Amino acid sequence: MTDDEMDQIDRNRRHFLTIATAVTGLAGVGLVAVPFLSSLKPSARAQALGAPVEVPLGSLAPGEMVRVLWRGKLVFVLRREEEMLKLLPDNDDQLKDPHSEKTEQQPAYAANEVRAVRPEYLVVEGSCTHLGCAPIEDFAVRPADGWNGGFFCPCHGSKFDLAGRVFKGVPAPTNLRVPPYRFVRDDLLLIGQDTGAA
Amino acid sequence: MSRIEAEVGKPKGGLMKWIDDRFPFTSTMKYHATEYYASKNFNIWYVFGVLSMVVLVMQLFTGIFLTMNYKPSAAEAFASVEYIMRDVEWGWLIRYLHSTGASFFFIVVYLHMFRAMLYGSYKKPRELVWIIGMLIFLVLMAEAFAGYLLPWGQMSYWGAQVIISLFGAIPVVGDGIVEFIRGDYSISDITLNRFFALHVIALPLALVGLVFVHIVALHEVGSNNPDGIDIKKLKDEKGVPLDGVAFHPYHTSKDLVAIIVFLMIFSAVVFFAPEMGGYFLEHANFEPANLRATPEHIAPVWYFTPFYAILRAVPDKLWGFILFGTSVILPLFLPWLDRSRVRSIRYRGWLYKMALTLFTISFLALGWLGVQPAEGVYVVAARIFAVVYFAFFLLMPYYTSIDKTKPVPERVVYHD
Repeated sequence: MTDDEMDQIDRNRRHFLTIATAVTGLAGVGLVAVPFLSSLKPSARAQALGAPVEVPLGSLAPGEMVRVLWRGKLVFVLRREEEMLKLLPDNDDQLKDPHSEKTEQQPAYAANEVRAVRPEYLVVEGSCTHLGCAPIEDFAVRPADGWNGGFFCPCHGSKFDLAGRVFKGVPAPTNLRVPPYRFVRDDLLLIGQDTGAA
Repeated sequence: MSRIEAEVGKPKGGLMKWIDDRFPFTSTMKYHATEYYASKNFNIWYVFGVLSMVVLVMQLFTGIFLTMNYKPSAAEAFASVEYIMRDVEWGWLIRYLHSTGASFFFIVVYLHMFRAMLYGSYKKPRELVWIIGMLIFLVLMAEAFAGYLLPWGQMSYWGAQVIISLFGAIPVVGDGIVEFIRGDYSISDITLNRFFALHVIALPLALVGLVFVHIVALHEVGSNNPDGIDIKKLKDEKGVPLDGVAFHPYHTSKDLVAIIVFLMIFSAVVFFAPEMGGYFLEHANFEPANLRATPEHIAPVWYFTPFYAILRAVPDKLWGFILFGTSVILPLFLPWLDRSRVRSIRYRGWLYKMALTLFTISFLALGWLGVQPAEGVYVVAARIFAVVYFAFFLLMPYYTSIDKTKPVPERVVYHD
């Protein structure tokens, strides 16, 4: 190409075409990324397996706890004794969120003093809100340590009381999460589904 | 002209010429091996780069054979590993080579990185070599983490639970990211399957690609040396650095000795202590994953524990995550944090020597604390060492610029 011919090149047009091609190409890459990224989301089957689970309560004695899996997540169902419930308010001033004010940690119907639909039954996800380990039950009351019974996380030492409320000074930031649940009958609990109200 | 000179000067013919006319074989060999000049005073610290490559190749090789019998499903994974260990001929050896290889990968890479800190190998003009190296380190961490989930043991499951949950600390989008990584509402078969894909295809490809550009970048600027001087300044009449010797055959034959000694040590571990008392293969991982109970004592494999100890030292979820992430990323900025006029520790003042000593002690101490329970005096100690760890990097611009350095010689120095 001679210098003369070079001079005749419309550089603005060339620049415009370069930019336009690049932008179109990038838009194409962005659109192609959608199906690939979407394939990483929980699949239809994973969502279907998230169906509610039933927990029969007939054989659960006061003070006993069962561990059930809902959506692969561990859920604790604890039948609290009268004594356990009575001691709950004593913990209030040592807790980060004693009145369940963080709304995303429980459905509205469990945002009460005992964090439950029926005070007798505590239903919480057994997943520490710090990094997801399963807390261990430690129900023994030890007045000397100011411990009224609760849960202890073996991984990083977070502590929760018998309403799943987190203590101050531990790495877990929030109370244990309460999953959606309802009582189908007096002796049958359904985890993963509610009617929107208690 | 002697006969030999005539031979050398003669134009090539035959197969080599045919190839060289179509592919830059001879010129590439010259550029990267027979006419790549590296300092003649390399010491033992200079073998860990080659050893990292040896381990990489070994991991790729043993990994391919493991995938032939391993099943990436929650129902079958644990049993398929037991199957490899018990029923596949020599399966135990292939698996122990791979699991021990993972730990040795980190041993040689940590020593390789420490070498760079000793002799200032990250300083100008080798910043990009260092950055690519740090990317290799990050991908290696991801690769090791993904691989650790595959046996689907108790520690696989709960370790992954903890590390993936870390991302939940990010405000607003955290929970979404966690679900996106797992592909499910909890760590499940789906998570295992995708970690398998990352571990055997995506991340190894990235590793090999990054190692390639690491070496291309290194050969562009030339290797550093224990004196941290530029050997290209003084050359003989043929343009060969006076203090340099050809990578092949001189450094390669030295490396071969290092490789043999390394393989002796490595084999001793594979045959006599593949679990290394629970540090290379954790005891809890000999039980299949139990979604209903976390092991009483949970700790990552040893190579992550320094960073894990920093995470646990912080009594807040978000700040724990931030400081944990920062502690991993900080070394990336060394080329700009280090303001010293000299590269090598041989010519640095007492300030940097003290700082590097304290840093090394902290890193090792954090590594030890990471496997201790997170309570009482251990947490206090972890906090102190974490502060030293961060201070090493964050105060570096200050103490390296006021440090009294010694004059750097023209030529490399030997120490008997």
